[in-house]
Amino acid sequence: MANTRDIRRRIKSVKSTKQITKAMELVAASKMRKAQNQALAGRDYAQVINRVLVNLTDVSEPESHPLLEVREGDRELVVVISTDKGLCGGLNTNLLRAVTDESTEESSYVTVGRKGRGTLARSKKDLVADFPVKDPVSFSEVKPIAQFITEKFESGECDRVKVAFTNFINTMSQDAHIATLLPITALQLTGKRKYEGMSEKDDMAEVYQPDMRGAVYTYEPGASSVLDKILPHYLNYQLYQMILEARASEHSARMVAMKSATDNADGMIKDLTLEYNKVRQAAITGELLEITTAQMALE
Amino acid sequence: MPLKVEIVTPEKKVFSDEVDTIVIPGMEGEFKIIASHTPVVTIITPGELIYTKGGASESLAIGEGFIETSGDSVSVVVDVALGESEIDENAVEEALKRAEAALADTSEDDENFAALQAVIARSLVQLDFKRRRRS
Repeated sequence: MANTRDIRRRIKSVKSTKQITKAMELVAASKMRKAQNQALAGRDYAQVINRVLVNLTDVSEPESHPLLEVREGDRELVVVISTDKGLCGGLNTNLLRAVTDESTEESSYVTVGRKGRGTLARSKKDLVADFPVKDPVSFSEVKPIAQFITEKFESGECDRVKVAFTNFINTMSQDAHIATLLPITALQLTGKRKYEGMSEKDDMAEVYQPDMRGAVYTYEPGASSVLDKILPHYLNYQLYQMILEARASEHSARMVAMKSATDNADGMIKDLTLEYNKVRQAAITGELLEITTAQMALE
Repeated sequence: MPLKVEIVTPEKKVFSDEVDTIVIPGMEGEFKIIASHTPVVTIITPGELIYTKGGASESLAIGEGFIETSGDSVSVVVDVALGESEIDENAVEEALKRAEAALADTSEDDENFAALQAVIARSLVQLDFKRRRRS
């Protein structure tokens, strides 16, 4: 049987682990809220850019733009948005499993986040680039990524660009999701996207009301050159939004993982304290027994 | 009639108010908008945006983007929009130096060349804007 000192030492170490997990839980909770707010803050931008793009694709010939061109072929570029740090439950595992399930021989990868990079490099995938992104994400960090994939797509090195990220559904559930980013399809512009799950309000749908589409704009200096300029902005924004979504998922997953770790620590402390008291009691009983026996022997 | 102006970036709504006129740096020179302007969508180049409200002019340094106007409202959609107080001159100068140094090392057909030039253009706009405010 373990002695009291060993048990005391274990209780102490579990307690300090609990303090750490508790702190991480609180930090993750506040970071999650921040990421959510950040995603909502870009809503106005999304509304205007969507409205203008829908209008533009109506008046110009969308087929003409290289970013809208649908190509036959199976060369895919997958942008994998994973986390930088671990301790967030099965988030990265699920994401990378989804990526592996969808991957073909001809897929190449761009990673955002250390965890995805490590795993993909170990499994000898064709890793073409890695972009580190800080937390919280700033929009200017996302631009180079969008630019890189645009170049790859326009030069014909890949026929499609997909993004694998974790879709934030709510605090308790996140879902590994793979979305096609390029070519930009008309469906993508007009359809309500699944990963707009951040807000309960369904305000994205309003943009597509028929009367909005009726507005006739003058395009300066011309519809197709305006389209040329706006599409990259749209792409930047999309990618930014997906990274934010992934970040919100990361923090909520970490929060949940840390919460259960804290609960487990509580359980362990309870069990260990019980054990400690038992051992202590046994020792006292043993000592009493010795004293009484000695007393009786003297009489 | 006042003109409703919204300046939005992917990170936040920077400005939302009613103004009298607004001048934006367009692709082919400055572009002034007053109320009841015909619906226009046009491209913005990095530069200075000036709006006038009740005789007083205010300005912001803005990055790339576009504007959409329909009648009495204007949406300015840009990647960055900074007021004078938000521009950190030293930080911008440093960024400019870094970009220039990097540019010296890259050849013209390098994929980063255009990006670096864009960084330099943006930094210069901000610096210029800040210095002009002060003097």
